[in-house]
Amino acid sequence: MTDQQEKQQALRFFRQLVRVRIFEERVSELFVQGGTAGSMLHLSIGEEAGAVGVMGAMREGDGFTTHHRGHGIFLARGADPKKMMAEIAGKSTGYCRGKGGSMHIADRGLGHLGANAIVGGGISHVVGAGLTYQMKHHGNAAVAFFGDGAMQQGVLYESMNLSALWKLPVMFVCVNNEYGMGTRLDHASASLEFEKRAETFGLLAAEVDGIDVFEVYNQSKNLLEDVRKGNPAFLKVNSYRFHGHARMDKSPYRDQQEEEEGRKKDAIAFLRDRIVKSGWYQETECDAIVEEVKQEMDEALNHARNAADPGADEMYEDVFDPQTTKPFPVDSRIRESLHLPQA
Amino acid sequence: MTETTYREALRQALTDSMRRDPSIVILGEEVGKYGGAYGVTKGMLEEFGEARVRDTPISEEVIVGTAVGAAMTGLRPVAELMYVDFVTLAMDQLVNQAAKIRYMFGGQIGVPMVLRSQGGTGRSGAAQHSQSLEAWMMHTPGLHLAMPSTVTDAYHLLMHALTLHDPVVFLEHKGLYTMKGELKPERALPWGKAEVRRKGGDCTLVSYSRMVHFCLDAADSLSKEGIEAEVIDLRTLHPLDMDTVSESVSRTGKAMVVTEDCLTAGVSAEISARIMEEAFDFLEEPVLRLSGEDIPIPVSPELEKGSVPSVDRIISTAKMLMRR
Ligand SMILES: Cc1ncc(C[n+]2csc(CCOP(=O)(O)OP(=O)(O)O)c2C)c(N)n1
Ligand SMILES: [Mg+2]
Repeated sequence: MTDQQEKQQALRFFRQLVRVRIFEERVSELFVQGGTAGSMLHLSIGEEAGAVGVMGAMREGDGFTTHHRGHGIFLARGADPKKMMAEIAGKSTGYCRGKGGSMHIADRGLGHLGANAIVGGGISHVVGAGLTYQMKHHGNAAVAFFGDGAMQQGVLYESMNLSALWKLPVMFVCVNNEYGMGTRLDHASASLEFEKRAETFGLLAAEVDGIDVFEVYNQSKNLLEDVRKGNPAFLKVNSYRFHGHARMDKSPYRDQQEEEEGRKKDAIAFLRDRIVKSGWYQETECDAIVEEVKQEMDEALNHARNAADPGADEMYEDVFDPQTTKPFPVDSRIRESLHLPQA
Repeated sequence: MTETTYREALRQALTDSMRRDPSIVILGEEVGKYGGAYGVTKGMLEEFGEARVRDTPISEEVIVGTAVGAAMTGLRPVAELMYVDFVTLAMDQLVNQAAKIRYMFGGQIGVPMVLRSQGGTGRSGAAQHSQSLEAWMMHTPGLHLAMPSTVTDAYHLLMHALTLHDPVVFLEHKGLYTMKGELKPERALPWGKAEVRRKGGDCTLVSYSRMVHFCLDAADSLSKEGIEAEVIDLRTLHPLDMDTVSESVSRTGKAMVVTEDCLTAGVSAEISARIMEEAFDFLEEPVLRLSGEDIPIPVSPELEKGSVPSVDRIISTAKMLMRR
C-alpha cells in the first residue's frame, strides 16, 4: 500500500468508526427518551474496530448474521442509519417495517441474514448460506458475528465441524468483549484459547487486538481469501464493552479500575492518533469528520422520531407468504362463534 | 393399477421434485449411503450425487440451522430428522428461527425449507422414539404442518411442500412406511384441504396420519351395527381445514376427534374447541377427544398399544357417543 492509499483507507476507516460510535450514542438517547421499541438495547461502543475491520474485508454478495449487539456491524456494511434507527424505534420505515427491532434487524439486499436475540442463534445460518454459495455463487463468503458468550454454545461446534467437513466458505467472528452480561469470560469458559478450539475442527484461526482497525482488516482479508476457497476460518477480535450489557445496566459487577483500563482500548482514539502523527490530517480536519457524522446521525434520529408507526392490520402480515395463509384474528373468531357481525 | 408403498411414494415425490428443481438439496443423518433410517431416500445419492444428497454428522441443531440459512439464500433444503423426538435438539432453529424469520424481517426473507421426520407408535420404540409432537409445531405460528395418511397424499403433499415459500414440517408415520396403496398422480388436492375418507350421517370422526386408518376400520365395524360414521382426514394441521369438519358436523351433530398425540393441550384440544366455536348450533353431544394417554410411551408392546387409540377403543367410544 502506498502512503496515499493508506491515508485514504485510514480516513475511510476513521469515518466508519465514528459513524458506529455516534450512531450508538444517538440510539442510546432515543432509548432514554423512550423512543425505541423493545426493552433492551445493546450498544457496541468499544467494539467498533471489529465491525469496521471485518466488514472492510467483505465483498458485495457476501452474507452475514450478527448477535444482539450488531448495530455497528450492519452500519459498517453500508446500512442506511435512518432505516436502522427507524427499525430500532419500531417504525414502519425501518428495515423490517417495525417488526424486528434492534435484535432482529436484517436486509436481504446487503446480505444481512439477521441479527439474533438467541445467543448463538444465527451461527448455523451461515453454514447454510455457505452451502448455497458453494453450490450457486462461488466466491462469496458467509460470516457469523457473535459474542464471547456464544463460545460456550454447542451449536458453534456443530457449525465449525460441518463447515470444515463440507469445506464451506464460512468465517466465524467472535467479538470478544470480555463479558456475557455480567459474567466475566473466565467465569464462563474453562479455557480461553478459543483459536485452539477452531483449529481442532480444522479451521484456520487468528486472534487480533480490536484496538487497531487496520490489523482487524488485514487479518480478515487474509482469512477471507482462504475462506472463499473453501477453508473455513475463525477470528477472535479482542475488545472491551465500554458501557453496560444493555443501556440500563451500570455494570456494578466491574470495578472502576478495570473499566478505565478497558476503555483505553479505544479504536477511534488509536486511529486518530495515527492519522495526526502521520500528517495525513490535522486535528481540526478529524473534528470536521466527527461533525459531519453527528449531523448524519441527528438526521437519522429525527427520521426515527417522526416516522409513522406500522398500521394495526400489518400485525397479521408476513407470518406466511401472502399467497398462502393468514392468521385469523382472535376477535373475528369470537364474533363468528357468537354469530355477531365482524368489527 | 400400480401398487406403491408410502415410503416409495415419498421417495418418488423427492425424486420428481429434485429433477424439476435443481435448488433442492437433502441433508440429514444417514440420508445418503445408508438410504435413510426408514429407507425413504434409498438410491437417491446414486441419482443426485453427494452435493445434493448430503449425509450430516449427528448434529440436529446445525442440520436444521443449515437448512434455514440455505433456504434464506436461495436453496430449497429438505432436512431430515431421523425421529421427530430429536426435534428437541433443534427446537431453537425450528421455533425461534425458521418459523419467525419472515415475520421478524418484515417479509423480506422467506425460509422455503421442508423438515421431514417421522413419529408415532407401533414399533415398540419406547419413550424417546415414539412420540407424536405435532402439537408443538401446530402451536408455532409460521410453520406449515403436513401429516399424510395415504400413499397418494404422501406423494402429493410432499410435492406441494416443495413448492411453498415457507417452512413446512412434514411428519410421516413410522407405522405407514410399508403400507401399500395406489399412487394416483392426478389425485392432487389443494394444500390445506381435508378429505372425507368415508361418508356417513350419524357421527363425524376427525383424524389425520395413521389414526385415519384406525377410524376407517372402526367405521366399517360400526356400519355393521347400523352406525354410519363419517371419517375426515385433515391431511395438514396447518393450514387447518375446519370448513370440511364443520360442514360434516352440521349434518351429523356428533363429533369425535381421534389423535395419537397426548390428550392434554394436544391437537384434539384445538380441533374440539374449533368445532365448538364453529358448529356449536349443530352439536347434539359434547365433542369427544380420543387421544393418546398423558404418559411417556412405554416399551412393552402391549402397554404401547394401550397408550394410544385402538380400533376397538374408537368403536366403543363412538358407541358411547351414539348412546348405544
Ligand atoms: C440462548 C440465550 N441464552 C441467554 C440469553 C440472555 N442473554 C442475552 S445477551 C447475553 C450475554 C451474551 O454475551 P456475549 O455472547 O458475550 O455477547 P455480548 O452481550 O457480550 O455482546 C445473555 C446471557 C439469550 N438471549 N439467549
Ligand atoms: Mg461478550
